[in-house]
Amino acid sequence: MTAASAGQGDSVPVLALGDVLLITLRGELHDGEAERLQYDITHRIAHNPVPVGGVVIDISGVEIVDSFLGRVLSEIAASARLLATGTVLAGMRPAVAMTLVELGLTLPGLDTALDVGRALALLGRAPSGSSPAHAEEGA
Amino acid sequence: MAQELGSFLERRREQIAQRWADTALFRTVFTVSRDEAVDACKAVVDALADVARSGRLEDLRAPGFDTVRDQLGRMAASRAKSGFTPAQIAGEVAGLREPVAALLRSAYEGTDSAHAHDVTLSLTVLLGTLRLVVMETTVSSGEELIARQRQQLLEVATPVIKLWENIVAVPLIGTLDSARSQIVMESLLEAIVHERARYAILDITGVPTVDSLVAQHLMKTVAAARLMGAECVVSGIRPAIAQTIVHLGIDLGTIVTRAGLADALAYALAEQGIAVSPRPVAGASSR
Repeated sequence: MTAASAGQGDSVPVLALGDVLLITLRGELHDGEAERLQYDITHRIAHNPVPVGGVVIDISGVEIVDSFLGRVLSEIAASARLLATGTVLAGMRPAVAMTLVELGLTLPGLDTALDVGRALALLGRAPSGSSPAHAEEGA
Repeated sequence: MAQELGSFLERRREQIAQRWADTALFRTVFTVSRDEAVDACKAVVDALADVARSGRLEDLRAPGFDTVRDQLGRMAASRAKSGFTPAQIAGEVAGLREPVAALLRSAYEGTDSAHAHDVTLSLTVLLGTLRLVVMETTVSSGEELIARQRQQLLEVATPVIKLWENIVAVPLIGTLDSARSQIVMESLLEAIVHERARYAILDITGVPTVDSLVAQHLMKTVAAARLMGAECVVSGIRPAIAQTIVHLGIDLGTIVTRAGLADALAYALAEQGIAVSPRPVAGASSR
C-alpha cells in the first residue's frame, strides 16, 4: 500500500513499516527537495489509512547537513508532534554531528538514535530480539 | 678589516680547529672521536671565514652561516633531547672564543696596535653574531621538539573506554583546550558508532580548572553525542569547579551529572534496566 508519494519525479521515498513511516535520505538534499519532503511527510501523516505511530528519518547516507536542512528536520519534528506523531532522527554521522554542533544547531526537541533499529525501538516497535522496550523511556 | 679576518681564519683554521676541539666543553658535544670533532670544528671555522670575507659580520642571513646552522642544528637537537638549555649550548660554542683570540693576538704581536685592535673588534662582532645564530638554532629545534610532543600528547591522552554493553567513557585528564576538546569529541563520536553506545560518560575528575570555554566544549560534546543518539553523563565535577561554573553563570541544567564515575555507570546501567547484585558468598551470607 505504500511507495513514494506518487508522480513527484525524484522526490524522497516515504516507506511505511507497519504504522511507522521510514524516510531514507541519501547524498545531498537540495533546498527544494527538503521543503517538499516536509510537505510530503505532514500530508502522509494526515492522510495515512492507518494512524501513524511514528516517523523515522534515516540520515546515515547524508554527508552534509547545512543549517537549512537542520531547520527543516526540526520543523518536520515539530509539525509531526502537532499531528500527534513522534519523529526520530537516526544514523547521524560523527562528522555531521560535529558540524551541526559547531553551527549551534543542536536540534532540541528532536529524538535521535544510532540507527534505524534503535529508532524503531525508541518508538516502542522493537524488532524481535532487541533490547527491552521499557529502557527506552529515558532517552 | 673583515676580509683580513677572513683570510686569517682561513690560514689558521687547522690550528683553531685543533684547539677548539680540545676545549672541554666542545668534547662533550661530539662524543665521537677527536678527528671527527676537529673536522666539525674546521667546517664551522671555514664557514666563519666565508662570512668574514663577505663582509656581512652582523648579518644573521649571511650565506656562510648556513653551514653553521646545519652543523649546529644537529648538535643542538641532540643537546635539546638530553635536556640542555639553549644557554648551555651557547656556552659550548663560546669555547671557540678563547683559542681564536689567543692566535689572533700572537699573529699581530708587534704590529700597529690600532690595526690589531680593529681586527680583534671584527672578530668580536663575528663571534657575537655566531652566538645569535646558535641561540636561534637551538630555540627553533627546541620548538620543533615541543610541537612534536604536544601532538603525541594529544594522541595518547584521550582514550575512550567501553565500560559495559552500550556504555563508553572518556576519563579527561589535564587542561582542556580547543584542540584537545576537538579530539575528545571526535574519538567519542567514533566510539559511539563503533561500540554502538547508548550512554557516554565524560569523567572530568582529572580536569584541574573549568572556565567558560571548557564548559562550552563540554556542552558541544554532549550535544553532538545526543545527535548521534547517545546520552551523555558528566561525572567527577569537583566542588571548586562546581562553584566556578555557578559563578560564571553557566547553565549545565540540560546535562545529566553524577558525582563520580561509579555513580555515572550506575545511572547508565539503571536506565537500561540492568541491576548489579552481589554474588551470594557461601557461608558468609546473612541468615
